[in-house]
Amino acid sequence: MHPNDVILQTVTKLLAFIIVIFSFYVFLSGHHNPGGGFIGALTTACAFLLISVAFDIETVKKMIPVDFKTIMAAGLLIAVISGMIPIFFGENFLWQTFDYFDLPLLGDNTELATALVFDVGVYLVVIAVVLSIIFTIGEEQ
Amino acid sequence: MMNNLIILPILIPFLTAIILLFIRKSVKAERIISVLSGIALVIISGLLVKEVLDKGAISYALGGWAPPFGIALVADSLAALLVLFASIVVLICILFSIRGIDEIRVKFFFYPLVQFLLLGVIGAFLTGDIFNLFVFFEVLLMASYGLITLGGSKAQLQESIKYVLINVISSAFFVTAIALLYSVTGTLNIADLSQRVAEVNQPGILTVIAFLFMIVFGMKAAIFPLYFWLPGSYAAPPPVITALFAGLLTKVGIYAIMRVFTIIFYHEPQITHLTLEIIAVLTMVVGVIGAIAYQDMQKILVYNVVAGVGFIIFGVSSLNEAGLFGATFYLLHDMLIKAALFLLVGAIMIITQTSSMKNASGLIKQYPLVGWSFLVAALSLAGVPPFSGFFGKLYLIQGGFEAGQYISVIIMIIASLLILYSVMRIFFSVILGEENHASQNEKANIKGLLYPSMILLFLSFVMGFGAEFIVPHVANAAETLLNPEIYIEAVLKE
Repeated sequence: MHPNDVILQTVTKLLAFIIVIFSFYVFLSGHHNPGGGFIGALTTACAFLLISVAFDIETVKKMIPVDFKTIMAAGLLIAVISGMIPIFFGENFLWQTFDYFDLPLLGDNTELATALVFDVGVYLVVIAVVLSIIFTIGEEQ
Repeated sequence: MMNNLIILPILIPFLTAIILLFIRKSVKAERIISVLSGIALVIISGLLVKEVLDKGAISYALGGWAPPFGIALVADSLAALLVLFASIVVLICILFSIRGIDEIRVKFFFYPLVQFLLLGVIGAFLTGDIFNLFVFFEVLLMASYGLITLGGSKAQLQESIKYVLINVISSAFFVTAIALLYSVTGTLNIADLSQRVAEVNQPGILTVIAFLFMIVFGMKAAIFPLYFWLPGSYAAPPPVITALFAGLLTKVGIYAIMRVFTIIFYHEPQITHLTLEIIAVLTMVVGVIGAIAYQDMQKILVYNVVAGVGFIIFGVSSLNEAGLFGATFYLLHDMLIKAALFLLVGAIMIITQTSSMKNASGLIKQYPLVGWSFLVAALSLAGVPPFSGFFGKLYLIQGGFEAGQYISVIIMIIASLLILYSVMRIFFSVILGEENHASQNEKANIKGLLYPSMILLFLSFVMGFGAEFIVPHVANAAETLLNPEIYIEAVLKE
């Protein structure tokens, strides 16, 4: 579609990875530092947006073969289910906990909080909403 | 699990909406799941109503954080009853929509939007936190934006611009009002707010904030100077969506007014509640003027919604037991009967292909059931004794007299007469009279469109004729409204 965008496309191939990694960093650091599901998802969406500008919307759709609306629903489901699980342990809805684990790659004494599961839901919903808004408008032109 | 009974009315529509998003390709499966979850929700909220009557108001701390630090859900009798009636209205509208809405709208997320609307409405009824109330308001408004534009006809797009604009402005006011209230009191929990306002005995700044809340909720509930958006935007979408809006949306605004002006801002009734009384009377007057001015069936009913809001707010302004009892009873009755009327008129419009009263008459010969159902609905709306509208108005009048609001009561009685006139005018000219339209056309297929509104009429009849079932619940609700200590005790118990 854009045969002359060699520089843009080459830079995009490199930058998209960096942006996605940075967005994961922001997403995971939300518990103790600024960041979290919302801003992490917006940053990831930026990477996909850059790809769609440099290449084509179709390229991004090939990268994410699932319908955005399904991702949105899946994100909502994860968030609700993560809130519902405590009910079965006799706690209230949306109750959260955390503990320390020794994980092989991430190191000893890593703190894992159940709030992260809720944040994964937020992350998926925000990505799907942003991308489906932009692509719906983009496809009409 | 009994502890979690109060969260289930929020979780059921939420989970249903998510499931419906996954299976959006199959219209039939969507309908089956919507109906099943609707029935489950009615049963659960029925259990909640019973639980609240037996054990008093229930509070539930989300995430285990005790109020006022966490978000509390509170179910007293008023909230539980409204949840029950809202879920009944939505179930009936879903039953109507099986035949009453086109497949294109269903494919574009009609059922998930209805579930999200219900989620917002139920959340707004159950929450005990004023910012959480704002969030649930936005949930139901977002869903209603989707429903009002769904289909994309010209009239819908025109009216939705006004509707969205008005609601965005009133939401901004809402945030501002909450910010001011928070800066004065330093808390967002309604029970805690009530205590702190009582401690300082509502100085001038809090009365100003109270008026800001009156403007915000009045815009949602369509009270007198802020009702102008309602007639246009309620007439634009298909009848089943209008029935949902008329049965639920303005009622959430009324509920918020009832809540805020009985539990937080009740210390200066000679200012706030007098204003509410004047506004209520003016709302009745403009509603009735609109209802008798139009020749269009949907417009007449839409103005009846406005007049109904006036009646209920009047009960709140009396601020005594009879007035609040009447307001609660009339609110519940109004949810059922407005939805029933809009669904009936929806069926009539499918028969006559027009909403104008001039072009249709003589339906009774071919559609006797439609005709008599409409008569029952009309009499119930006006408050004729065996039906449910009677008790609500009776107690509203009693409450008005006890509070010395004689002129307002007289205006209310005249307004009731004129409301009867406005709906009987539809009955006499469209249902009775010479056959003109129905005889020329093939008999329209209204199979499946009539029984949902007949269920609502039956429930309204039960509410009036078997009032002893519901009176203890409503009396309990009125008692909690009148005594904020009961509510505070339930939420902030040690």
